[in-house]
Amino acid sequence: MKINDVILRTVVKAVVFIILTLGVYLFFAGHHAPGGGFIGGLVLASAIVLLYLAYDIETVHNGMPFDFKKVAAFGVLLATGTAAGSLFFDKPFLTQAYTYVEVPIFGEKGLSTVTLFEAGVALTVVGVVVTIILSISEDE
Amino acid sequence: MSNIIVLPLIVPVITAILLVFLRENIVLQRMISLMTLGFVILTSIVLLIEIQAQGVMRLDFSGWAPPFGILFVADSFAVLLVLIANIVASICVLFAIYTIGSHFEKMYFYSFVLLMVAGVNGSFLTGDIFNLFVCFEVMLLASYALISLGGDKVQLREALKYVLINVVASWIFLVALAFLYGTVGTLNMAHIALRVMEAGADPLITTVALLFLIVFSLKAGLLLFFWLPGSYSVPPTAIAALFAALLTKVGIYALVRSFTLLFVNNVEVTHMVLGIMAGVTMIAGCIGAISSKDVRTIAAYNVLIGVGFIVAGLAIGTESSLQGVVYYLMHDMVAKALLFLAVGLMIFLTGETLIDNMSGLIRNYPAFGWIFFITMCSLAGIPPLSGFLGKVLIGQGAIEGGHFVLLGLGFLSSLFVLYSLLRILLGSFFGETIISLEDEKPLKGRVLMPLILLTVCTVGLGVGAQWLAPYVLDAGQTLYTPSIYIDAVLDGGVNR
Repeated sequence: MKINDVILRTVVKAVVFIILTLGVYLFFAGHHAPGGGFIGGLVLASAIVLLYLAYDIETVHNGMPFDFKKVAAFGVLLATGTAAGSLFFDKPFLTQAYTYVEVPIFGEKGLSTVTLFEAGVALTVVGVVVTIILSISEDE
Repeated sequence: MSNIIVLPLIVPVITAILLVFLRENIVLQRMISLMTLGFVILTSIVLLIEIQAQGVMRLDFSGWAPPFGILFVADSFAVLLVLIANIVASICVLFAIYTIGSHFEKMYFYSFVLLMVAGVNGSFLTGDIFNLFVCFEVMLLASYALISLGGDKVQLREALKYVLINVVASWIFLVALAFLYGTVGTLNMAHIALRVMEAGADPLITTVALLFLIVFSLKAGLLLFFWLPGSYSVPPTAIAALFAALLTKVGIYALVRSFTLLFVNNVEVTHMVLGIMAGVTMIAGCIGAISSKDVRTIAAYNVLIGVGFIVAGLAIGTESSLQGVVYYLMHDMVAKALLFLAVGLMIFLTGETLIDNMSGLIRNYPAFGWIFFITMCSLAGIPPLSGFLGKVLIGQGAIEGGHFVLLGLGFLSSLFVLYSLLRILLGSFFGETIISLEDEKPLKGRVLMPLILLTVCTVGLGVGAQWLAPYVLDAGQTLYTPSIYIDAVLDGGVNR
């Protein structure tokens, strides 16, 4: 018997965007408030897992043709890369740089390499969580 | 500040991740792995020379001064172990290249090995006890993957045991860390040492010390080794050799570090417990080694005898015995890797695991036979091979400190090591050959090459002892006088 999941699919279409927005918000909030790459990444991953639940693996994979193992690897590379970047500037390992830039329309904004590091963390979390969920679900 | 200290951790991590993207290109994967390990070897040689020149070095991550930030500390002891660990790892990788098969290589084998090596290097170099926990986990997670790679039924059974034991041990580690932080209020190892010294023989700290003793004993295979013989005998040879050479040694390193630097205020209790555990481990290891006829089990129990012997040196705790511990740790990494590779090669050549089913191998493979002979001599501690000096130094320390029971057990265990390996040599290498010339599997020179390299290492460690002596003496002195380490980290004690 085929399960009728019209309601789930319709709700998911709307809810996914709310979750994704929350994830991105949490990610940037982490700079000065609770949040950050790990939590943001978890929320983003939960949106993707919800999509997998509502639709089947193939449909989602057509929309997002990523190998999530590689996403995780890229995340680690980004995080370790920014950490190791300080080696080339003769600063202690893991030193982060930041500066304030005048952006037209938005005014003065802070730019920092910590955001890149956190992006690496977020991508790692997304990649790992989705990989784990997919490998469990592939199991008969 | 010297960023070179972090290279042994970060370079293997980055290359391990790069290899994920090169999954299909096996040749490139092999080259990059070997180059990475070679680079770390060079780095640690440079570090050793630097430490001789300017004393214990440290690197405060992102400039946070200790005890507030995380830091890496490089003293001779840690860097010597990094050096030997990476030499052994590169030789094991060389062996894996020729033997492990493309099935493993495509399942991220090299990535996992590099991550494990990164965890091992990090554990040796870190100066923060919570960071030690993290590096342990990096190493263990990679080893979980390595032990279950391949997925045989026996392998999965042992892997499950291994993972469960280590997860429980890590949990106890975390609890112990929480107790420690609650008691002394810091996680920086030098700062902990300082606070513990001020507190004196506080029963609470002794309890925490014993908790750490349980954790590290589980990892090192000291007394709580029930998981070890099983899990070390199931994975493919190259992986088993890596495990035998590196993993228990990290546990021993943690024991040595915590019971020479952190918990030295109540030696009557902690070091007596260490001594008893070391003695019992040696006895149990000997019983295991001579009771089995399976070459893999004999090799695994030999690991335990080594662990017991090194910890005995730690329990004795005089300066010469600590030098012996440093020296014997280095020897043990090389010799155990050699033993496991040799045993694995025997099984590969004959397809048998029991001594009784093999015979006369030396007639078919003379070079291999003599390598096994040298391995045996080295493990038994026959001069001029590498096992000799460590045994002499620990023995000398035992006489100075009046620990005659441990002395007797230590040297008796050497005899049992000799006996258990002699049984393999007489039973499997000598005697009537059972493999006819037509049936014998060809043993290519390149498969034997890693064993020859390790044999060169064990001879070199013994013959080149004079050249190594300044580094070992420095390591022993830093272990024996914790204030050298503490002063280097806290600049003579700023923030108490």
